[in-house]
Amino acid sequence: MYKKIKNNGIIPIAEIPVLEYPAFADEVSHLLDSSACHCVNYYAVPFNNRLQYFCFIANDETNDICILSHQTENSPEVKLESLAKKHFALHIFEREIHENFGIQFDGHPWLKPVRYPFNRADKNQVPDNYPFYRIESEELHEVGVGPIHAGVIEPGHFRFICDGEKVLHLEIHLGYQHRGVEQLFIKKNSTLQRCILAESIAGDSVIGHSMAYAGLMESLSGKQANDRLSIERVVAMELERIAIHIGDTSALSTDVAYQFGQVVNEALRTLVINTTQLWCGNRFGKGLIRPFGTHYPIDAMLADKMLATLKDVGERYLQITDRIYNLTSVLDRFETVGEITRKQAEKIGAVGMAARTTGLKRDIRHSHPFAGYHHIAYEPVLLTTGDVLARGFLRKLEVEQSLDLVNKLLERIKLIDIPSEKPIFDLKLQPSQLGISLTEGWRGEICHSAVTNEQGEIIHYKVKDPSMHNWMALALAVRNQEISDFPICNKSFNLSYCGHDL
Amino acid sequence: MLSFGLILITSLFFTGIIGRTKSLMAGRKGPDVFQPIKNVLLLLRKGSVFSSTSGLITQLAPTISLATVLTAALLVPFNGQQAVISFSYDFVLFAYLLALGRFFMIIAALDAGSSFQGMGAARESLYSMLLEPAFFMILASFCLITHNSSFAGIFSSLGQMNTEFLLAAVLAIFVFVNIALVENSRLPVDDPKTHLELTMIHEVMVLDLCGFDLGLVQITSFLKFAIFGTLIANCVMPGFIPVIAQIAIYFAIQMLFAIVIGSVESFRARNRLNRNAQYILAVVAISLIAFVLTLFL
Repeated sequence: MYKKIKNNGIIPIAEIPVLEYPAFADEVSHLLDSSACHCVNYYAVPFNNRLQYFCFIANDETNDICILSHQTENSPEVKLESLAKKHFALHIFEREIHENFGIQFDGHPWLKPVRYPFNRADKNQVPDNYPFYRIESEELHEVGVGPIHAGVIEPGHFRFICDGEKVLHLEIHLGYQHRGVEQLFIKKNSTLQRCILAESIAGDSVIGHSMAYAGLMESLSGKQANDRLSIERVVAMELERIAIHIGDTSALSTDVAYQFGQVVNEALRTLVINTTQLWCGNRFGKGLIRPFGTHYPIDAMLADKMLATLKDVGERYLQITDRIYNLTSVLDRFETVGEITRKQAEKIGAVGMAARTTGLKRDIRHSHPFAGYHHIAYEPVLLTTGDVLARGFLRKLEVEQSLDLVNKLLERIKLIDIPSEKPIFDLKLQPSQLGISLTEGWRGEICHSAVTNEQGEIIHYKVKDPSMHNWMALALAVRNQEISDFPICNKSFNLSYCGHDL
Repeated sequence: MLSFGLILITSLFFTGIIGRTKSLMAGRKGPDVFQPIKNVLLLLRKGSVFSSTSGLITQLAPTISLATVLTAALLVPFNGQQAVISFSYDFVLFAYLLALGRFFMIIAALDAGSSFQGMGAARESLYSMLLEPAFFMILASFCLITHNSSFAGIFSSLGQMNTEFLLAAVLAIFVFVNIALVENSRLPVDDPKTHLELTMIHEVMVLDLCGFDLGLVQITSFLKFAIFGTLIANCVMPGFIPVIAQIAIYFAIQMLFAIVIGSVESFRARNRLNRNAQYILAVVAISLIAFVLTLFL
């Protein structure tokens, strides 16, 4: 009834069985009943007058990705029974399909706009008339924050319904940052332009997204990158994780006004991103990940320099986090604040480090390895409390783990004598294929997926940032919390606005 | 008159020293100690923009608040020296002048019609309400110890007191320091550096003010620090040394006070907002201990 592929696998579209919707719904529902499975993407592709839907369900135990499909007419008249009724994690995908094509999902709990793309089905839906959840009450009050962020980072609107200082409900309204990324992927024909586009999806996940793109292009061209490159990619991925996690530790300290933690971590983050700059000329790793090769191979001298800096960073980070997570005034701010339970995380389909703080083992590096992770015995770190402290402390543990991994790999790279290859931009993609590529960015699972036509051109491109799921985790985390604790809850997730808005 | 002059001088550099201390603690060079006052001078040269929802109160409040604090400063003596205004129980007027200024800032925050400012106003009024007994408890203990009923009388005789009253003085300094921190919205109760509206107390109330009015609000805050610094200096100042030496000690105490605030702010996190009430009540409890102690002395 469905096809199975591995991460970075491709499958001819003709081979995917097209089910009737009730059968499709049953299968999806049946698969998602297992706690090992979660939906990594569900989208619709217009073919002539019809829409073909593809649902990707990843099984973390068997390392498979199941692909299910059904078809409807491409018309706003179409009504389908909502799957989100039972499996809430699908809500964001159904909302997206509804927004793009006007398909009605009966019984969907929250069929609101996602990001207002220019070619949306209903042009009357604009940010100004977003239907906020409201409570008519004399006692409760509403607090609206944004869309201009106090720190002028990215735009998003947060609407709180509060009882005094206590938050009863938070609704997060995004879409202000929409740039039409997915359409640009189709429009831009050059592989290099698409690479740069992938790097610009979210400024803090440059490597995560560009690696997902590179992996997808490599599999659609039917070849694999060499071993040396896949190891270098793991180093890049972990360097990004280390840098952002340390930066977040600093930001968490800032938000509780702990100056010492803030300044020390700021300095350490600079050392890490400067290491990336030393490697590829850009602090965030732009230009580093290219299909089939790299312009910046790591030689023994560079590896030694990187090792020396990272050793220093590791020692100092250990000292400062020891101090932060033993300081009473900081612990008082972090502990039991912004809790999400494992049950909630499973229900909303939380991914990445947010899920791992609740004891939910979701890590693509472990369950669906990509790049060089195949060759590494990697076991994700798990915490169970799901509060701000857990999200902070998990970062510390992951930084230590990543530093350890990078050290080992850099030592290994020095010994590898496989020559480094230059990137290939003149790619021949296989015709009429469906490809999917998952990577574990620092925030969580990143999914890129593409469909090619008979000429081997990309006709549909889908990007899914981990923030798509995890924004809901933030909305749940602040329930019944003090409204003044919202900023640290927000910072502890550090979700991407532009990754969500695309 | 001497104390009024000293308060004005202290207010020029006090916040600057806190900022400089924090910068040095962070391993940075930090701005000039006169940078805050330079910023204020810059603000004073600017015009003001008012939101269309706000009315007369918003425009008046910063001026009234500054006026009340300046008047309160006139009531503060310098050790043996007479204050500009002095009479029996003048500290009651002092407390309520500050409260009047705060009251106007609170209704001005409500006047702006923003949900942030409303929250800030609610927090500010709660904390100042809780804190009020602490001030009176300490002053009442001083009255009992010295058998005087005005600031000038209390502080002039406090200088001559023997060591028995040291304990009360230590508790009093602790309470005054904490009152100064809450009044001026510093750590651990508030974080003056934060950009997060939802966690602010004082800063969020003045979110809609800009230019000249914001300048006035900042001067008010500098003055408040200097006033409480002066009260603290008065508690410990020996009365039997020449005035010049007293002035030197006064400035040393002010700087020490600022450096202590800067250091504490560098190495701890701020309170969770719902713990602030507990924190302030603890300060009140300590002032109560001071009061009970004096009853037995």
